[in-house]
Amino acid sequence: MSDDNIKVSIRHLYKIFGEDPEGVLDRVKDGMTKDELMAETNHVLGLNDINVDMREGEITVIMGLSGSGKSTLIRHLNRLIEPTAGEVLVDGEDILSWSESRLRRLRREAMSMVFQKFALLPHRTVLENAGMALATEGYKRDDYEAEARKWLDRVGLQGQDDQYPHQLSGGMQQRVGIARALASNSDIMLMDEAFSALDPLIRTDMQDLLLELQAELKKTIVFITHDLDEALKLADHLVILKDGAVVQQGEPQKILMNPSDPYIEDFVADINRARVLRVRSVMESTPPEGDCFGDVDVNDTLESVIARAEGAVDRQFRVLDGDKPVGTLTMVDLMRALVPRESSAAAA
Amino acid sequence: MATYDGLFDTLGLRDWCDSGGEAGPMSMEDLMAQTKGSEEAANGPVPFPSLDALNEACPAWPQSRDLTVGLEQGFLDIRDALTVVVDPVTQPLSWMLRGTLDVMTSTPWYVMIPILLLITWFVTRSWKIIGFVALGIGLLAFVDYYDYAMQTLAIIFVCAFICVLFGVPIGIAMSRSDKLQRVAIPVLDMLQTLPPFVYLIPLIFLFSVTEPKLYGIAVILYAIVPVVRLTDLGIRLVDKDVIEAADAFGMTRRQKLFGVQIPLALPNIMAGVNQTIMMSLAMVVIASMVSAPGLGILVLRGIRNLELGVGLIAGLGIVILAIILDRVTKASLARIDASQSSR
Repeated sequence: MSDDNIKVSIRHLYKIFGEDPEGVLDRVKDGMTKDELMAETNHVLGLNDINVDMREGEITVIMGLSGSGKSTLIRHLNRLIEPTAGEVLVDGEDILSWSESRLRRLRREAMSMVFQKFALLPHRTVLENAGMALATEGYKRDDYEAEARKWLDRVGLQGQDDQYPHQLSGGMQQRVGIARALASNSDIMLMDEAFSALDPLIRTDMQDLLLELQAELKKTIVFITHDLDEALKLADHLVILKDGAVVQQGEPQKILMNPSDPYIEDFVADINRARVLRVRSVMESTPPEGDCFGDVDVNDTLESVIARAEGAVDRQFRVLDGDKPVGTLTMVDLMRALVPRESSAAAA
Repeated sequence: MATYDGLFDTLGLRDWCDSGGEAGPMSMEDLMAQTKGSEEAANGPVPFPSLDALNEACPAWPQSRDLTVGLEQGFLDIRDALTVVVDPVTQPLSWMLRGTLDVMTSTPWYVMIPILLLITWFVTRSWKIIGFVALGIGLLAFVDYYDYAMQTLAIIFVCAFICVLFGVPIGIAMSRSDKLQRVAIPVLDMLQTLPPFVYLIPLIFLFSVTEPKLYGIAVILYAIVPVVRLTDLGIRLVDKDVIEAADAFGMTRRQKLFGVQIPLALPNIMAGVNQTIMMSLAMVVIASMVSAPGLGILVLRGIRNLELGVGLIAGLGIVILAIILDRVTKASLARIDASQSSR
């Protein structure tokens, strides 16, 4: 992992809720668990020693069940919540030391946010909502109108400018939410369970929209979700939280192939591995011996390879990265990878 | 002989008690008991340690009458100092009331009524309500109460305006500070539950009865409560998610207040204004006892001279006025709600 393009970085972040967070911090650092802390001091351990690096132009997905602290964590990135201890570095600078006005500038210009419940201004039109960030910076309506309209068009909301949010469906409201975030022209976008309130079909649409926008805009996106399928679809870097602590983080494929913990094994047990796993995670990096049935790309999903092989298990493929051959994929390896590893679960 | 003799004796205060010397003036109760001839009346001595019971055992102890007299004396003592401060501060209220009363009664009806209807149109945009207002004013004019009604309206306009002018900022301040809210709520509770007549008593001591501000202050104190309460409530009820979004996009406190909180609290604030207007109407009737002009005077005449008809018709006139004011403010409230409906 190279440091040169790390945009946001969280270092030893702790958040404790209660009467005297500082007073019990040392006990947490000495390894007290969430339940013990609650029982002995009546403080809630929100976040426990979080260390995450988020690279520029990537989607970092923070995943966890409700109560795992993921929404608390994302609110530390723009200091909607103040940490008990730790550092939040943006472009190498610790924003926790920033004054209120500098922080406000960060929120206006460098970091935008999309919310689970949309949080649009109900008394403003769609256009005014999309231009909210610019209006906050002091632009008049005439000045921000073009910019806001451009982003509304980009998210597929042509001709809705003068509607009010309550006149739109949930999916359309969240499109306004995304347009509002994009119109601020910030490098970093925080998305707090942005698609969780939408129904499944619309959610898939919105995920596709986000990936499409991301391919073009290359923002640094921090995405919170409790849905593993969504996490695996979007993530360049996946962070799994449990009880306020990071259980495992890394490339989603690696987490899927090598879950570090029974908790994550349970998590990944139910997903469709053929659709999520890619050739690069399964292949051998030796050149093929003998006949190849054909070529596949490193980023093809296993599902598509099975389709290519027409279900036969005695075939092998040459793997290409662009035009360059990088390894071999045998159908036997592929089939093995489809079975989740359950060593620790069996041992337990 | 008295119940609490023993108490003062054991505390060693007997000397102090007796040095209190002359027993205070006789209380009414004593007088009654004396004329009846028996010291212990039917109820017997009250065992509860009341001021009077203690005084009986110890003449130096103040009687309950001394408490009320003392309060009155204390008020009279600070009255002059209080007047020096309060009088000039509240003088604009007198000017406003006099001016508005003057304008509304001296403007001829064929100018005044169209103006009122125009105001109705501005806030409601509804022909039905305008027709209703015209009918109401027509009815009042028909029984020759037009002038009285205009006086009452003038007082309500001025007082409600001042209530909003001060009430909304107080409500906003309360919504931002829990500490202020904790202090202000008991005060508001007291203002709201204190019997309306009680407001008038200290005011009579403070200001001359010819000053309109005398009843103006009473009306404002009584009617300001709902607009303060509902402004506070309305701003506190604004969706937390929207406030969070405003913070996340870097709004300043001022931008948040004027761009988000007040617009979203407006339906509640308007409901408060409606209540404030209705309560000032209620108080303006009572305030006629201290020279507030208007329909209240007629009600008072009905009571004083037992003129049943005058009292009843004036009462009905107040009802008509109340309905008009209520419908107009409710309709404008509904209009605000519809144009920025949040749900």
